[in-house]
Amino acid sequence: MTETEYQHPLMKAYWAQLDTGFEPIADVFEDVMAEALAILSREGIDAYLEAARVIGKLGRGVQPMLAFMEEWPTSAKTIGESGLPAIMAMIQRMQKSPNGKAITPFLETLAPVARKLRSQERMGRYLDIVLDFMERTTGSIHGHHTTFPSPGLPDFFAQAPFLLGQLTLAGMKNWVEYGIRNYRGHPERQKDYFSLQSADSRAVLQRERHGTLFMDVERKLDLYLHGLWRESEQLVPYSTAFDEMRRPVPYYDKLGMRIPDVYDDVILPLPLGEGRGEGAALDLALSVDSTLLPHPRPLPQGGRGEIRITGIDRYRVTLAHMVGHRRWTEAQIADNWSPFQRMAVEFFEDCRVETLLCREYPGLKRIFLALHPKPVEDACDPETTSCLRHRMAMLSRALLDPDHGYGDADLLDYVRRFHDLMATGIASTKEIAVLALSYVAKTRRQSDQLARVHFADTVVDYRDDNRQMWKFIEDSDDEEMFEKEKKRTPSEELKGLPPRHYPEWDYHSQTYRPDWVSVYEALHPKGNPADIDKLLLKHGALAKRLKRILDLLKPQDKVRIRYQEEGSELDLDVALRSLIDFKGGATPDPRINMSHRTNGRDISVMLLLDLSESLNEKATGGDQTILELSQEAVSLLAWAVEQLGDPFAIAGFHSNTRHDVRYLHIKGYSERWGDDAKARLAAMEANYSTRMGAAMRHAAHYLEARPADKKLMLILTDGQPSDIDTNDEQLLIEDARQAVKELDRKGIFTYCISLDPKADEYVSGIFGRQYTVIDNIQRLPEKLPELFLALTK
Amino acid sequence: MSTDKEQYKVHQQPYYQAQGKEVTLYEAAYRNRLPVMVKGPTGCGKSRFIEYMAWKLDKPLITVACNEDMTASDLVGRYLLEANGTRWLDGPLTTAARIGAICYLDEIVEARQDTTVVIHPLTDHRRTLPLDKKGELIHAHPDFQLVISYNPGYQSLMKDLKQSTKQRFTAFDFDYPDTALETTILAKETGLDEATSAKLVKIAHTARNLKGHGLDEGISTRLLVYAATLIKDGVDPLDACRMALVRPITDDADIRETLDHAIDATFA
Ligand SMILES: Nc1ncnc2c1ncn2[C@@H]1O[C@H](COP(=O)(O)OP(=O)(O)O)[C@@H](O)[C@H]1O
Ligand SMILES: [Mg+2]
Repeated sequence: MTETEYQHPLMKAYWAQLDTGFEPIADVFEDVMAEALAILSREGIDAYLEAARVIGKLGRGVQPMLAFMEEWPTSAKTIGESGLPAIMAMIQRMQKSPNGKAITPFLETLAPVARKLRSQERMGRYLDIVLDFMERTTGSIHGHHTTFPSPGLPDFFAQAPFLLGQLTLAGMKNWVEYGIRNYRGHPERQKDYFSLQSADSRAVLQRERHGTLFMDVERKLDLYLHGLWRESEQLVPYSTAFDEMRRPVPYYDKLGMRIPDVYDDVILPLPLGEGRGEGAALDLALSVDSTLLPHPRPLPQGGRGEIRITGIDRYRVTLAHMVGHRRWTEAQIADNWSPFQRMAVEFFEDCRVETLLCREYPGLKRIFLALHPKPVEDACDPETTSCLRHRMAMLSRALLDPDHGYGDADLLDYVRRFHDLMATGIASTKEIAVLALSYVAKTRRQSDQLARVHFADTVVDYRDDNRQMWKFIEDSDDEEMFEKEKKRTPSEELKGLPPRHYPEWDYHSQTYRPDWVSVYEALHPKGNPADIDKLLLKHGALAKRLKRILDLLKPQDKVRIRYQEEGSELDLDVALRSLIDFKGGATPDPRINMSHRTNGRDISVMLLLDLSESLNEKATGGDQTILELSQEAVSLLAWAVEQLGDPFAIAGFHSNTRHDVRYLHIKGYSERWGDDAKARLAAMEANYSTRMGAAMRHAAHYLEARPADKKLMLILTDGQPSDIDTNDEQLLIEDARQAVKELDRKGIFTYCISLDPKADEYVSGIFGRQYTVIDNIQRLPEKLPELFLALTK
Repeated sequence: MSTDKEQYKVHQQPYYQAQGKEVTLYEAAYRNRLPVMVKGPTGCGKSRFIEYMAWKLDKPLITVACNEDMTASDLVGRYLLEANGTRWLDGPLTTAARIGAICYLDEIVEARQDTTVVIHPLTDHRRTLPLDKKGELIHAHPDFQLVISYNPGYQSLMKDLKQSTKQRFTAFDFDYPDTALETTILAKETGLDEATSAKLVKIAHTARNLKGHGLDEGISTRLLVYAATLIKDGVDPLDACRMALVRPITDDADIRETLDHAIDATFA
C-alpha cells in the first residue's frame, strides 16, 4: 500500500475522507475527482466520498468501489445527486443477500443506465424492477432459503443499458417477468435468458418493443420546438404504465416539459360517412390506450381505410399544446372557483389555444381531431351519472371539429359564441373563462354532483394537466422560504480546508515576504442557474452578433493552398497539367505552386473576478449594480468561450487581510458551462477587499498546469488593489505588478479589464499596456466578450 | 485597347423590392464614387440590388464571382503564353477600371487575402490600378466604382476581410426581408399568389430558427423563389418545398424530417 501525497490541500482532504489504501483507486483518484468536482455540489462531494468509503469497506475488494467512483458523478448528472440514497439502499440490499457479487456489475452500468433513464422517478422504477427480480430469483431453488444468489442478476445488469435502449421500463419489466416466470427453477436457463442468449429471450424482447421511444426522437423534438415554435425547453420523459390507478399526464413547470417515454401509433378507421354509427366505431379505437395494456401488441399496419397518427406526431402535438399555453394562457386565480368551474375553464382554454395553434400551422388540426375523442351524444345518462365531463368533452370536440354532428341546442349556441369571440383576435384566458362559467351555469344539472362520473371518451391525452393555468393565493410564499434557506455567509463556507500560502512583494526592500498571504479556496455557493439563462436571454440580440464573430474564430487545421503563382513548393499535378497544355498549344495555367498554412487555436483562459465590496455600488447611468453588470458580462463571455471550445475557468476573489484571501471556484476547466457553473455565477456576491496579487498567483497555478500554447488570464476589476491591513496604497499595487511579471515569465498573458474611471492613475503601472478601461459600464456585457475575441483573434 | 461598354449594360429593368433607403443611399455613394460593401447571408438579394442599381444608373456592370483559387492575376490580368510569344490579357477589374463600369466582386472573402490587396489603390483618392507585371498604371475611368459583397455569418477567421480593407468601404447591411416584404417579393417575382407565398416564407422561418442547431444557413430568398417557381409551374407544393427548400440545405435526417413536418403542417 502506498501513502499517497496530494499537493493540493483540497485533494489531500478529499483523499483523507475516502480512507482507503486501494492502489487502483489512487491511480484514478485525481481524474474522478476532477469530474466529480465539476458535476457535484459541495454536499454532493461529501456524500460521494462517504458512499465510496462505505463501498470500499464492504469486504468485496476494490472493484465495487472503483466502479462506483467512476460511475456516480456522470450518473448524478442525469438523475441528480439526490438519487444517491436509493442507490446505496440497493447496494445494502444486495450486500445483505447472497447477491453481493452483483454489486460490481450493478455499479458498472449505472451511468449508462442513468443516461437512458434521465430522471430519478424512472431510476426508482428501475430499482424496483431490480429488487423484485432479485428477491424472486434468489435462493428459491429446491425451496432452500437465501443460500443461492440470483443466477441471472449479474448478466441482467450487463444487459441493462442495451435493454433500456430498446424498451420502455414497462417493456423491461415484462421481459424480466417472463424470464422469472418461466425459468424460476432452472438456474442455467435463467443465465441464458437474462444474458439475452436464449431464443425466447430475444423473441420476448422483440415483442416488447413497440411505439416511438422518447429517447429515439429527442433531437427531433428539440428541433421541432426550435424550428416551428422558437422555443427551447428541457424535455423530461416519465414512465408510462406503472400507475395503474392514475395515468400520468403531460405537464410543464420550471424544470421542463414532461412527456411520456413512449407513444404508440394510433390507428383509426377512416370515417366514411357521418352519423352516430361511425362515430361509435371511432370512439372504440380511441378509447383504447395501448400504453395501458399489460402486453401491448404491435398495432396492425395502417392501410387503406385507416388513419395512422405516428408516435412522433403525438409527441409533436403534445408539445404544441403546451407551447400554446405558454404563449397565450395567463394564469388565473383559482381560489374563487369550484372544481367544476375550473374544469370547464380548462376545456375552453385548451380549445382556445388549439384554435390559435391551428392558425399558425393548419396541418395540426388533422392530428388534433384524430386524437381527440368523439363522445357519443347520448352515452351518458344524467339520471344516474354525473355528465359534466361528458358535456365538456363533447363541447371540446365541437369547438374544434366543424363536422361534429351534435344536435344539443346549448352546445351549438356556445360553439357559435366561442367562434365569435375567437373571430375578434386571440381573445384572452379571462374572456374565455367568462364564457366557460356561463356555459356551466347554463347547462348545470343536479346530477352533476353525483359521485359516479362518466369518464369514457372524455380524456384528451395529448393535453397537459393545466397546472400552469392556476394561481393559488393561499400558499404562495414557499419561494421566499426557499430563498432564505439558501443564503450562507462565505466564511462558513470556507473554513475547514487548509489554506495555501503565497509570498507578497515588498517594494521598499525589493524582496518577497515569504508565505505572507493565506489563500482559502472553496466552491462558490450555488444559486439558481435559470437566473443566468435569463440574463443570456436578455442579451439574445448581442449573443446573435457575437455568434457571427465566434464563427469567424472557429479553429481550422493545417491547410494547403494550391494554385499559386508564387508558393513554397511545386504542385506537381497542376504543373504537369500546365506543361501538357503548353505543349499542346493551349494556354497553360501559371499557378503551379502551392504553400501551407496552419491555423490552430490552442488557448486556455482564466477569468478572475474581483468580488470586493465596491461592486455592490450602482453603476453610473443605470440602476443595476456593477456586480449585476459583471454577472451579465461574465455569462456572455462564458457562453462565447464555450462556443469556441477554448478551455476556460472562472474564479472570484476577495480578501479580508492577508490572513484571509478567498478564492472562489466558479467554473473549472474540466467542467462544462452548464447548470452547476451557472448556479455558482448566479449566487455571486461582493464583499471585503481586493488583494489582487495573491489571487492572481493562485489562479496562475491552475493556468500553468494547462497544456495550452497560449494562456490568457483576464482580470475583471473595479478598483485598485487594496486591503484593510495595508495603509500604504502603493504596496499592493506594486505586488500586483510583480505578480504580472511572474506570470509573464510563466508564459501567461495577463490582461486587465478595469471598470474604475480613475484607473488611468495606476492600471498601466501594473499591467503595462495590457488593459482596457471601460468607461461606460452599461456596455460591459457587450464589451467583455468582444474584448476577449479581439484578444484571441 | 477598346472594349464595348454596351455589352456590360443591364438593359432590362430588374425587379428589385427595396427593403429600406438603400436605393437613394446607393445613388449618393455612386455620385461620390465611394466604394460600397454589401453584407448579408447568401441569397438575400445583394446581387439583385447591385444589378438593379447598375440599371438605374445606366452604367456597365462587371460581376466577378470570387473563389478560393482566385489570385490577384485573375482580377488584374496576366500574360498568356502562346506558341509564338506572350500576350497580355486584362482581368475583369482592369477592364472595369478602363471602361468605367461598376465592378462587383461577389463573395470577396472567398478569394485569398493577398488578392484583396490589389483593390486598395482603387478605393482611395488615387483611383489607380498598378499592373506590376506589365509596368502600367491605370487611372480609373471617372464612372468606375468598386462594389464588394460578403457574408459575415459564414466565413472563417482566415477568410475575414482585413480591417484595413473594410475601412475603405461604405457598407449596407442586408438580411432576409421581413415576412411581408419577402412574401411580396415571391409573389411579384414568380406570379405565385400571396397566400401560398406567405406559407413558403413561414417554412423559411422554421429553417432560419434552426440556424446553429445543425443548420449553418437557413432557407434563402433565392430558394424560396425556386420553390415558388415550381409551384407556379404546377408542381405539388409539398413536393416543391421538399425539393427546393429542404433537400438543398441539409443532409441531417432529423432536420429534414422536422422541416418536412413543417411543410405538411403549413400546407394543411
Ligand atoms: N429585394 C429583392 N427584390 C427582388 N428580388 C429579390 C430580392 N431579394 C431577393 N430576391 C430574389 O432572391 C434571389 C437571390 O438574390 P441574390 O441577389 O442573388 O442573392 P445574394 O446576392 O444575396 O446571394 C434573386 O434572384 C431574387 O429572385
Ligand atoms: Mg392544456
